[in-house]
Amino acid sequence: MSAAENQVAARRGSARAVTVLSAIGRFLVIAITTYLGLLAVTFFIGRVIPIDPVLAVLGDRAPANVVERTRREMGLDLPLIEQFYIYVKNALNGDFGTSVLTTNPVMTDIRRAFPATIELATLGTLIGSVIGVPLGVLAAVRRGSLIDQIVRIIGLIGYSVPIFWLGLLGLVLFYAKLQWVAFPARLDVVYEYTFTPITGFYLLDAAMQGQWDVFYDAFRHIILPASLLGYFSLAYISRMTRSFMLNELSQEYIVAARAKGLSERRIIWAHALRNAAVPMVTVIALSYAGLLEGSVLTETVFSWPGIGLYITNSLQNADMNAVLGGTIVIGSVFIAINLFSDLLYRVLDPRTKAG
Amino acid sequence: MSAEAIQTRRDWLLSDRPASRMQARLGRAYVAWRRFSANPLAFVGLLIIIGLLVVAAFADVLAPYSPTIGDLKGSRLLAPSAAHWFGTDDLGRDIYSRIIYGSRWTLYVVILVAIIAAPIGLLVGTVAGYAGGWTDAILMRITDIFLAFPKLILALAFVAALGPGIENAVLAIAITSWPPYARIARAETLTVRNSDYIKAVQLMGASPFRIVLRHIMPLCISSLIIRVTLDMAGIILTAAGLGFLGLGAQPPLPEWGAMIASGRRFVLDQWWVAGAPGFAILIVSLGFNLLGDGLRDALDPRSGDQ
Repeated sequence: MSAAENQVAARRGSARAVTVLSAIGRFLVIAITTYLGLLAVTFFIGRVIPIDPVLAVLGDRAPANVVERTRREMGLDLPLIEQFYIYVKNALNGDFGTSVLTTNPVMTDIRRAFPATIELATLGTLIGSVIGVPLGVLAAVRRGSLIDQIVRIIGLIGYSVPIFWLGLLGLVLFYAKLQWVAFPARLDVVYEYTFTPITGFYLLDAAMQGQWDVFYDAFRHIILPASLLGYFSLAYISRMTRSFMLNELSQEYIVAARAKGLSERRIIWAHALRNAAVPMVTVIALSYAGLLEGSVLTETVFSWPGIGLYITNSLQNADMNAVLGGTIVIGSVFIAINLFSDLLYRVLDPRTKAG
Repeated sequence: MSAEAIQTRRDWLLSDRPASRMQARLGRAYVAWRRFSANPLAFVGLLIIIGLLVVAAFADVLAPYSPTIGDLKGSRLLAPSAAHWFGTDDLGRDIYSRIIYGSRWTLYVVILVAIIAAPIGLLVGTVAGYAGGWTDAILMRITDIFLAFPKLILALAFVAALGPGIENAVLAIAITSWPPYARIARAETLTVRNSDYIKAVQLMGASPFRIVLRHIMPLCISSLIIRVTLDMAGIILTAAGLGFLGLGAQPPLPEWGAMIASGRRFVLDQWWVAGAPGFAILIVSLGFNLLGDGLRDALDPRSGDQ
């Protein structure tokens, strides 16, 4: 390689480094502003909307000197911007204050509830993708056929039905009438004392410890709420898969593959689906984030002790620290999934690298 | 009317060279209607929504009993029968009558959310798109931040702070649902801001305010209407969810979500108390989804000139 070529190559390399750096920079700006925005909104909800946050904590019968002291302790005599600075600092340290209801630090409660929510949403997404992707592919391949219509109806109902209502009906049918599943809880009371969770994901813990009776019981408890969430993610995933596949199947490389004489099965599952897989990753990630959000209603119906139930229980007791702490945690995970699925899309799709 | 007259009127509507603005507009509306009514599912959606409007308007006539006052003595938790089509609830109130009156609250919520959220989005989007530069960057960053939030949880936190009630629920849903409208309005604005007619208005000395208000906003309306219609189902479901958690409409208002919540306690034995209002939510959401899909297919500008 000549000196000139070296120089060109180096310049090209540095240009690429600059674009990579600017992409990382943009990603960081987006991530930081989004998180600051989330904290600004929860700060606004917790500190600005209540006419007097001290009153919200103490009630209106507290003596004046106590009110004054609490005001100082909460830092409410400081300027708003300084209050916000302290608020952000505390939130970054995972300090969301103390729950009035449980008297624990909110973060301790949330850490205990978090695995339950994640376990439920993960199983739900798993069910949704395993059934939703093949359904979407079939609907696209046999466009206009019976299966296409069925996928369309499943999707329409999924977009229109109230999740908590469907959960209640599910309980009536599968728990009360058919007795296929266990009552709304995470585990039978019998196992409360014999089973010590390690990770907090009960299915995993039970399997690791070889306690298959516990595993079966946990499965009987989780299967109905997880299937319900799975249905919602299935409705979304199958509809999106269908449209991605229709897009891919109309491309010229499919014609080329047919002309080469490849089998239809290979064209669909190996060529078209592989190209549709990149946007699919985004869709599945988004549906996962959606299920985390939907957990508030599902967990309430199924008495599932996750963050959603924690938030609604706290709501009913006007425990704002707990409500906002839960909001920040679910919001943060939601935003993180959004950001990373976007990033992943850029990394996986070679076409987005060029720019 | 003879077949010939209909034929010429259709020709007039579909004319390539409309002689007046009205003819052009009617022609476009006619084409959109033809495409819309060729889609049976969209038509079903339209019928459901018209049905909802009729039921809400004539609730006093249609409901056989009072929605809020029940017969505690004789008719608690009765199963569906000829006298009470959907049964009665724990306070002896006729569920059918409550659902009929509940349609008014559903409409109240979706209409209020639409008239609060859509103008906010329209304003943010058109101003950002027309102004460009830093204004655009900042407004769109704010929009994207709101877009990245989980809507239901945020609405929940808002209502928790504002206090439960149907007005606060509407406010909370509106605050969380304007960002998509801003994105759509901005995209539409970007496509027209450099067009010749905008330049002509600028040359005539129109202020940016006037240009945005009179010449850009009207062009964003149709895509906004489609999006709002598609979002209606989501708004209904969120409002019902808030009602279910006790944060939306308060008793004794016959709001469907709150009705499901009150029926939850007896769902294992008296399933109809929670069953019927949920079915009403499903039907109405389905109607809005079908109508929205149909409108999108009929009015989509990308397929508009076929």
